[in-house]
Amino acid sequence: MAFSSISNSEKSKPRKSESRKSDHVAPPAEMWQSSIGKKILTGVTGLGLVTFVVIHALGNLTLFFSAPTFNYLAYVIERLRPLLYLVEFSLLGLLLIHIAIGIRLYVGKRSARRIAYTAYESAGAPSRQTLASRTMIFSGLLLGVFLIWHLATFKFGPVYRVPGSTDRDMARLVFETFQQPIYTASYVIVLGFLGLHLRHGFWSALHSLGVATKPSVFMGSDDLGRAISIAIKGLPIAIYFGLLG
Amino acid sequence: MKINLSVWRQENSQSDGSFYNYTIENVQSDLSFLELLDMLNEQLMAKGEIPVEFDHDCREGICGSCGMMVNGQAHGPQKKTAVCQLYMRNFKDGDTVTLEPWRATAFPVIKDLVVDRSAFDRIVAAGGYVSVKTGSAPDANAVLVKKTDADQAFDYATCISCGACVAACPNASASLFTAAKISHLALLAQGNPERKQRVVKMTQQMTAEGFGDCSNHGECQAVCPKGISIDAIAQMRREYIRTKLPFG
Repeated sequence: MAFSSISNSEKSKPRKSESRKSDHVAPPAEMWQSSIGKKILTGVTGLGLVTFVVIHALGNLTLFFSAPTFNYLAYVIERLRPLLYLVEFSLLGLLLIHIAIGIRLYVGKRSARRIAYTAYESAGAPSRQTLASRTMIFSGLLLGVFLIWHLATFKFGPVYRVPGSTDRDMARLVFETFQQPIYTASYVIVLGFLGLHLRHGFWSALHSLGVATKPSVFMGSDDLGRAISIAIKGLPIAIYFGLLG
Repeated sequence: MKINLSVWRQENSQSDGSFYNYTIENVQSDLSFLELLDMLNEQLMAKGEIPVEFDHDCREGICGSCGMMVNGQAHGPQKKTAVCQLYMRNFKDGDTVTLEPWRATAFPVIKDLVVDRSAFDRIVAAGGYVSVKTGSAPDANAVLVKKTDADQAFDYATCISCGACVAACPNASASLFTAAKISHLALLAQGNPERKQRVVKMTQQMTAEGFGDCSNHGECQAVCPKGISIDAIAQMRREYIRTKLPFG
C-alpha cells in the first residue's frame, strides 16, 4: 500500500488528527442542513407535540366528569405560571422548528422533481404511501391556522368567572362555544385532519429516529392517530348534542 | 395481442420532450417488455425513423441498467422485478401503456427514456467503500459476522443502483439507495473504521446532488426490484445519530 514508504512515527501523527477531525461530532446546526438531521428534528419535535396533544386531550376529558373538575384543572394549570410559560415557549419552539422543516421538505421536494409524471400510481404494499402521508404539508398548515383560531377562542377568548370566585369559568366558555353549529362542525373537521396528520406522523417520527422498523408500529400509528382524533372530537360532539351538562 | 404505447420522446437534455403514440401488433405474451421495445424500434427503423432510446444490458434483472416508468410505476406492475424481467403476459390485448423516464432533477434525461444516473456513482464515491489492505483473500471465518447481520448486509448489498427508488419516491429522494449502501457496510466489521465519516459524507453528497428528502412514504421499498426494505433507512438514521453521540 502507499503507506508502506512512510515511517511509523510520520504515519501515526497526521492520520490520528485527520481521523479525529472526521469523527468530530457536528453541532446541532449541521442537523438543520442534513437530510437525515432534518427528519430527526421533525420527528423529535413532532413527538413532543403529540405528547402535548395527548395530555391536552386527557385534560379535556375531565369535562366528562364535571364542570368544576375541568375548571379546577384549569385553575391548577394557571397557578403553575412560571412552569406554564416554560412549557408554552418550549411548545412554540417545537412548533416553529416542525413547521419550518416541513415547509423546507416540501420546497425541496418540488425542486427535486421539476417535471411531474403524466402517469403516477403507488405500487401498493409494502408502500406506506397513503392519503395521510401525501397531505402532511397541507394537514399540517391547516392545523397551524387552526391553532391560532383555537387559542383566540379559548386561551385569549372571553373571560367568565366562576360565580362567587375569581377563578376563570373555562367550562362555560367551552359549553357556549360548542353550542354554535358552524364552530362545532369546523372544529370536528379540522380535528379529523389532526388524526390524518398523526396517522402518518407518529410512525414516521419513530422511523426517522431509526426505531420503527416493524409493520406493527405502522399499524399502531394509524390507530393512535384515529384514537387521539376521536378522543378530542368526543367533547364538542357530546356538548353540541346535549349529552353533557 | 395489440399494445398501444405512449412513449416520452426527448431529443436531448436541453430540449423539451413530449409523448408519441405507437401501436404494435402481434405481441406475444412471452415477450419481455424490452423485447416489445425492440419490436417497436425495428418498426421505427424500417420506416426510417429514429428508434426509442432506452438503457439495458444484462436483461436478467441483475445489472440495474434498465428502468422506466410503466403506467406510472417504476419497472411496471410486477413486484420485485426490473423492467427487463417484466413480461407481456402482465398486459391485455388493446392496453395502452405509458412510458416515461425516471423523473428527478438529479437524474437529467439524456435522451427519450435514458437518464443520467451518475449522481449515484458520486454518492458511492463519497464514502460507499471500505479501505482495506488488498492482496490475497483473507482466511474464511477470520472475521466473524453474526448470521442475522450477514443476511441483512447481503440483502442491502443486492441493490443494483437502478434508481427505481428515486423514480417512485414522491419526493425524488435517494434515501433507500444511499441507506442500502451505508447499512450494508455498517453491519460488517470491514465497514467499521469509516463508519462515521461514511454516513455523513454520503448523505451530504445525496443532498448536494439535488435529491429530495425522505418523507417515509415507503414507496421505494414497493418498487425496488430487489425488495430492499426501508429498514435500511432506519439503520442509516441510527448511523447518523451515532455520529452525534460521544460514545457511539
